[in-house]
This record gives sequence, structure tokens and C-alpha cells, in this order.
Amino acid sequence: MSALALDDVTVSYDGVRAVAEVSLALPRGEVLAVLGPSGCGKSTLLRAIAGLELLESGRVLFDGADLARVPTYRRGFAMMFQDGQLFSHLSVAANVAYPLRLRATPRAQAARRVSELLDLVGLPGYDRRDPATLSGGERQRVALARALAGDPRLLLLDEPLSALDGPLRERLATELRAILQATGTTAMCVTHDHDEAYSLADRLAVMRAGRVIQEGPIASVWRAPVDTETALFLGYARVLADKAAMTFRERVPIDALRATGDGGPRSAATRPAPAIALRRSALSVADRGPLSGTVTSARATPEVVRLIVEIAGIGEVDAVAPLRRRGASGVVEAGPAVGAEVHLAVDTTRLAVISTSLD
Amino acid sequence: MNPAPVRPAGLAGRLSLTAGRVALVAIPLAILALFFVLPVSGMVARGLWVEGRFDVVGVQEVLARPRVHRVLWFTLWSSGAATACSIALGIPVAYVCYRLAFPGRRVLRAVVLVPFVLPSVVVGVAFRQLLAGPLAFLGVDASAAVIVAALTFFNIAVVVRTVGSAWESLDRRPGEAAAALGASPSQVLRTVTLPALRPAILASASVVFLFCATAFGVVLMLGGLRYATVETEIYLLTTNLLDLRAAAALSLLQLLIVTALLLGVRRLDLTPTATQERAPAPPGRVSRNDLPALSVAVVAAALVMAPVLTLVVGSLRSSGEWSLVNYRTLTGGAEVGGISVVNALVTSLRVAVDATWLSLGLGLAVAVAVSRPSRTRRERTTRSLLDGLFALPLGVSAVTVGFGFLITLDQPPLDLRDHPLLVPVAQALVALPLVVRTLAPVLAGIDVRRRQAAASLGANPWQASWVVEWPVLRRPLAAAAGFAFAVSLGEFGATSFLARDERPTLPVVIFRLLGQPGELNYGTAMAAAVLLAGVTAAVVVAVEQIEGRSATRGAGLR
Repeated sequence: MSALALDDVTVSYDGVRAVAEVSLALPRGEVLAVLGPSGCGKSTLLRAIAGLELLESGRVLFDGADLARVPTYRRGFAMMFQDGQLFSHLSVAANVAYPLRLRATPRAQAARRVSELLDLVGLPGYDRRDPATLSGGERQRVALARALAGDPRLLLLDEPLSALDGPLRERLATELRAILQATGTTAMCVTHDHDEAYSLADRLAVMRAGRVIQEGPIASVWRAPVDTETALFLGYARVLADKAAMTFRERVPIDALRATGDGGPRSAATRPAPAIALRRSALSVADRGPLSGTVTSARATPEVVRLIVEIAGIGEVDAVAPLRRRGASGVVEAGPAVGAEVHLAVDTTRLAVISTSLD
Repeated sequence: MNPAPVRPAGLAGRLSLTAGRVALVAIPLAILALFFVLPVSGMVARGLWVEGRFDVVGVQEVLARPRVHRVLWFTLWSSGAATACSIALGIPVAYVCYRLAFPGRRVLRAVVLVPFVLPSVVVGVAFRQLLAGPLAFLGVDASAAVIVAALTFFNIAVVVRTVGSAWESLDRRPGEAAAALGASPSQVLRTVTLPALRPAILASASVVFLFCATAFGVVLMLGGLRYATVETEIYLLTTNLLDLRAAAALSLLQLLIVTALLLGVRRLDLTPTATQERAPAPPGRVSRNDLPALSVAVVAAALVMAPVLTLVVGSLRSSGEWSLVNYRTLTGGAEVGGISVVNALVTSLRVAVDATWLSLGLGLAVAVAVSRPSRTRRERTTRSLLDGLFALPLGVSAVTVGFGFLITLDQPPLDLRDHPLLVPVAQALVALPLVVRTLAPVLAGIDVRRRQAAASLGANPWQASWVVEWPVLRRPLAAAAGFAFAVSLGEFGATSFLARDERPTLPVVIFRLLGQPGELNYGTAMAAAVLLAGVTAAVVVAVEQIEGRSATRGAGLR
């Protein structure tokens, strides 16, 4: 049975629906990421689960029990905010010990647990520090330790890493995933960053305008986004529709496409695929390939050259080329320039078939 | 390109900027020196220097008097008790007024906040009437308790305003985080909310204590000779007993205590921790958990309404029946030295207009000077010294200032006794700390980079102020103007010395009416008190309206 279950949950502000008829299930020990653009209602959904927002209709259940009359502090959850929300008048150790103090845990036992948790989040010896002296990453680690201290039945993470910058965010995401797995914590995380969702979660729910558009195991949602907008939000660079998609399918072997479209809730195999979502790296410059066209833009990055290629009958697509490559004559040459004619190879694991864009 | 020609212009620019800053500080400093330091030190010196020598023995003798001990003890005791009562009532009321949404919230807020600006003579009359009427069975011995009640009546507003606005803008997320971690509402209150409000609570407590310890009109009218505080004792010693030496010694003692208190407050860390982004919660619906706070609010509202109602009822009764006779005599009939109440009100309003622009101008200059970011340690020290210096009038006996004016500004080249601005200047100094306190935090809260952004886009300092500071400052300026006007209308301590007999202000006339025998005089005093209270409340409510309207306009723009 699912640990957390949402049943037609609706939350409104002044008659405007922020969350509309959301139903979700989260098995014990798994991590669910709710992904959506800002303002889509995902934070409101999280707050509703925590009991910080009143439901207009629907039910929030945990272990089958309706939580409607259970106030926030009796739900046994913990919530971690975007900027940590550490209590500035308490030391790091006192912050982490806060849930233990609420439960009147004996002092020695609490102290032991605090130092365990600080070890777990990689901040041993930080006990006496003042939260104001911590960096953003350290603050989030303390917030995580504090959230885990009370052994919550469910951990709610509100954009836990959004306040951090690039490399630190990636590293912390990996660590956070490892910690959640090690502690067997059931968690729900809302984020607008698809990389963050991918590195943290087992399951993914995509939200837009208050509704859950698609939900499922993370890999299958990724492989088969349910519509164009979802595909773009999941980081696909471009979606080919109608004639462009038809032409693409005529030139690229159909079996390969079938093979990728099997995991989503609405499988591509059941219906003809009218749209194709391409990641940037789905097409790459090769000596030969099913597609060919003219380079209209070339931009070098430290790792690859990003191209836009105009293909007759399909239109513009994104593609990559190595920075330098051995040409047909055996001479090392730079990546293709604007105006060059190129052949493109297709990596079918990096494209997705969208079956419902006609809806 | 040769950069050399640019340099002198830059230097000149910097010099004129510095000159502007110096003027900004120098003018208020000069005024403070002339109209505060000189009179106070003159008054103190008059009592302490005997035949050109500092009279230590005399001071010791004064401080050893049993009556002085009693007065000192009563000052501390009554102020402490009134502070405790104000905090105990004020915190729940702040919660109800600022964190709950219910019909009548605005009215309740106004009911609790207006007493702060009511003139002390009005409150004195009201509580006297309360003690003579509904509470007569308590007897004269209740005077001490009534003084504490009256001081509380004034100062609940300070606590409600300070704590309430802090509570209103409190970030809701730490509390939510605590609740999500398992803290019950009362645990959230104890472990998160109250610690977050601690700076506001301590700040209001210290200000309330200062106000109580230096309260004059109310204590004089309710306590008389028997229950004197240091402030009223100075007055009694000066005017009734003509014991200038003792008065000076007490003034000095008060100055020391107040300075120590101000320094102590400064040492407490009262600046709220800066958070980059706050998510204040909108006021919530009333729930069953709010019952205790709501009942305290009802008690507080009753405490505040009772004396006012008693006063209004008293003013409408004559010889045991309902009558408007007390109001008919406002234009003449019951007169003090040929001055009718309405004449006095006109004088009061004129004086208040002058006092208001004086204190706004001075206060703005001081606020700008103390809130500019300091670049060096010396600048910082100077700024905090200035800040403290201009806060001093808050705690120094208005009686001392008033009497000091009389004895130091009475001979050439500074014979200002008949100058029409003498009373406004004294009142402006009394209102100055309030004005600075209202404006300085707002100015200090403006991010320097916004000015820098304006300057980098080509705005000169005036244009930069117009686009950066003025929009933020407009509402606080209106509030400060209202405060200053109200303070001036009600000022009694200094004015009682300085107002000329043929042009007294309304509080002075009320006080004199009370000193004259006869039912009609007493009734007229009550009617005049109602009039003064009405005018003052009208000014404050009008200012609140301006504030409220520009607030909604700002919200609309967002």
C-alpha cells in the first residue's frame, strides 16, 4: 500500500484554484519529485500535504488514514524549506536538536543523535556554530539534519537546492539522494529544475497550472513525455510535429522509435506517433547518417559544438559535433562552420515519442 | 586622454558633499546645544554651584533625604509595574490587532492606539473623574494603583504598535518549519515566535519604562504631593518650595539614570536579524485557540475605554443631571485670566503647527545624518553618539528643560522669553526623539545600492533622493508629523513654565481650571479635556487615513 496518497486534492486562494484535483500515490521508502514551472501550484500542494493550507476538496491520506483533522504538528512529517529556515536564535546543534527537544528526548541521547546527524550530512563539529555564519550549502545540510532528526514518516522538500549554485547543487543533490536512501526516508520534493528531480527521485510527477499532467517512474516519464510542453520542460530541446515528424519517421528506422516508446502510461506503440521530442544530443554530425542538411548556426562550448541544422522537409533541428574531428581525408579539422553540409546520425535513446499531442 | 582636469572637479564635488553633511549635523547640533544642553546645564548648575564652587555636600544632603528615597523608590516601582502591565496586556492585544482577521479589527486598533497621543492632562482628568465616580469606594489610597493604571493606559499603545508591526511582518516560514517538525501552536509561540519578537518586546519595554519614569502631567494630577515621582518632585521643588538645589540634584540624578538606561538598551542587540526575503503571512481567521488572547484584548479595550467614557459622561452632567452647560462655557464664562478655552485651543493649534515643522525639519536632518552608512569606525562611533544624544530629550525631565529655558534664555544676547517660537522650540525638542525614531529605521533600511544605481544612471543627489528615499519616506513622514502635532498639542511639562500668562495653551488652561474651586470650573475642565482629546484623536486618525490610503495604492502598483 502507498504511504502517502492524494485523492482529488483541490486548494484555492480567493476562488482561484492553485491546485486542482490532484491524485498521487507515493510508496514507502521512495522519493517523488513534483516538477513544474514556478507558479504551477507545486509548493501549495506540498504545503497542503504538510497541513499548512486548507483543502477545498479531496483528501490527503497517510497509511490509509485521512489527515483532514490532523494539525500540522501531529502529522509526523518534516518540511525543509528552500532557504533552510534555520532558527537564527539557536546554534546549529540546537536547531538539529529542536524536534528531539519537542519530544522531550533525554539530553544525552539527543546529543548523540545530533552528532550522528551532523556526521551524516557532512558537518561534524559544527555544533556550536551560529546559523548566520554558515554558507548556503551548509545551511541546507543543517536543515536536512534537523528535518531528519525526528524520524519523519514523510519528508517534504520545497526546492531544497534551488538557492544554491551550479556545481554545489549537483554535489548536494547526489549526497541528498544517498542520505535519503541510506535512511530509507519516504520523501516528496518539489522543484522546477529537471536535473535536480532526475538526480533525487524514483518517481516523477509533472505539474502545470495546478494539475498533474503526467506521473510515473522517473525513467518512463522521461522516455515518453505526454505532450510537447512537458517534453520541453523535461529538457528536450525541440519537438517536431505534423509533417516534420512524419518526414523524420520516414527517414529514421521505425523499430528504433517503437522500442523507446514502451514505458509511459500512454504508450506510443498503441497509436501512431504524431510528434517527436529531440534532446540536443540526439543528432550528431557523422560521416554518414539517415539525415543531412545545412548548418545555420554553430556555437562552440567547452565540450562540443552546438549546431542548428536546416534539413529539407523537417526544418531546423539541434545537433552536436565534436570540437575537432578527423575528416574523410584523415586530417584533424575543426567542427563544421555555418553553411557546411553535414550528415547526422540519430541516437534513439535521446529522443521521445509524444503520442497525445493531437488531444 | 588626460585625466588631470577631471580630478579637481571631483575633489570639489567631494568637498561640497562633505560641507553638506557637516551642515546636516551642525544645524541640529547647534539647536540642541542652544535649546537643550544650555537650559539643562544652566538649571543643574544653578543648584549645584554655590558661590562659584561645586557643592558636593549639598548634593549628598539632598540625596540622603528620606523623602527623596521615597520618591525614587516610587518612580522605579510605579514605572516597573506599569511597564509589566503594558507588556502583559500589549502582547496579546498586538496579536489580536495584527495577526487576526475579524470585523472591527480597525476599530479595536484605533481604540488601543489613540490613548498614546491623548494629552496627559486629559488622561489625568479622566482618571480623576474615574476615581471620584465609579471607583470612589477605593478611597485616596488607591492613588498609587490608579497612577499605574493611567501609565498603562498610555503605554499599551507603544507595545501594541511596536510588537504588532514586528509580528505582522514576521516571516511565517520558521513557525511553519517548527510546526512541520512537530511543534504544537503553543510550542511554536514559545520557541520560535516570542524569540523572534524579543527585540521588539525589549525595545518597547525600555521605551515604556522611560515614558513612565518621566511622565509628568498624569502623575502630578493623580498623585499630587503624596505620590511624587522624580519628575513631579522636580516641579514641586522648583515651583512650590523654591528649593532649586534639590531640584537640580534630582535633575542630575534623573539624567544619569536615563543615560544609563539608554546605554543599556543600546547594548542589547535590538536589531532584528536581516533576512533576504520575508514571507509574512496574511492575518488568519479566529479560532478557538485565540480565546485567551481575545479575552485579554477585551479587558485592555475596557481599561482604555472606561476612563474616556467616564470623562465624556462627566462632561455632559451638571448638578446631577444631563446638561450641555459645561460646553457652553467653553467660549467664555469659566475663564482663566480672561482666556476662554476656545482661545486657548487656537493658541495650541498655532503652536503645534510651528512645533511640527520644527521637529520634522530637525528630525529629518538628524535621521539622515545617523542613518547614512558609516565607512570607518570613527564615523560609526560618531553616528551612534549623535543617535544617543538626540534620544536624550526622551528621558530628560521636560520640567527641567522648561525651567532651564526660563533661567538661561532670559538675558541678552539670548533674551528669548517673549519670542513666539520659544514654546514651539521646546515642544519640538520633546517630540524630536519620536520623529527620529520613526524616520531613521526607514532610511537605514534602504539599500545603499539603490542610491548608487540611481547615481550611476545620472541622478544628482537630489534626484536620487527623490526617486529612492522620498517614496519610502512619505508615509513615515506623515506619521511623524501627526505624532509631533499630537505631542505638541498635549505637551504640558515644559509648556507650563514657558506659556505666557496671556497666551496659555489648552492643557495649561485645563490644569488651571482644575486648580480653581467651583463645580462649573471642574465641569468646564472636563469639557475642555474632551475637546482636546477629540482634536488630537482627529489629527491622528486623519494621518492614519493618509497612511492607509497610500498603503493600498502601493499594493495596487505591486
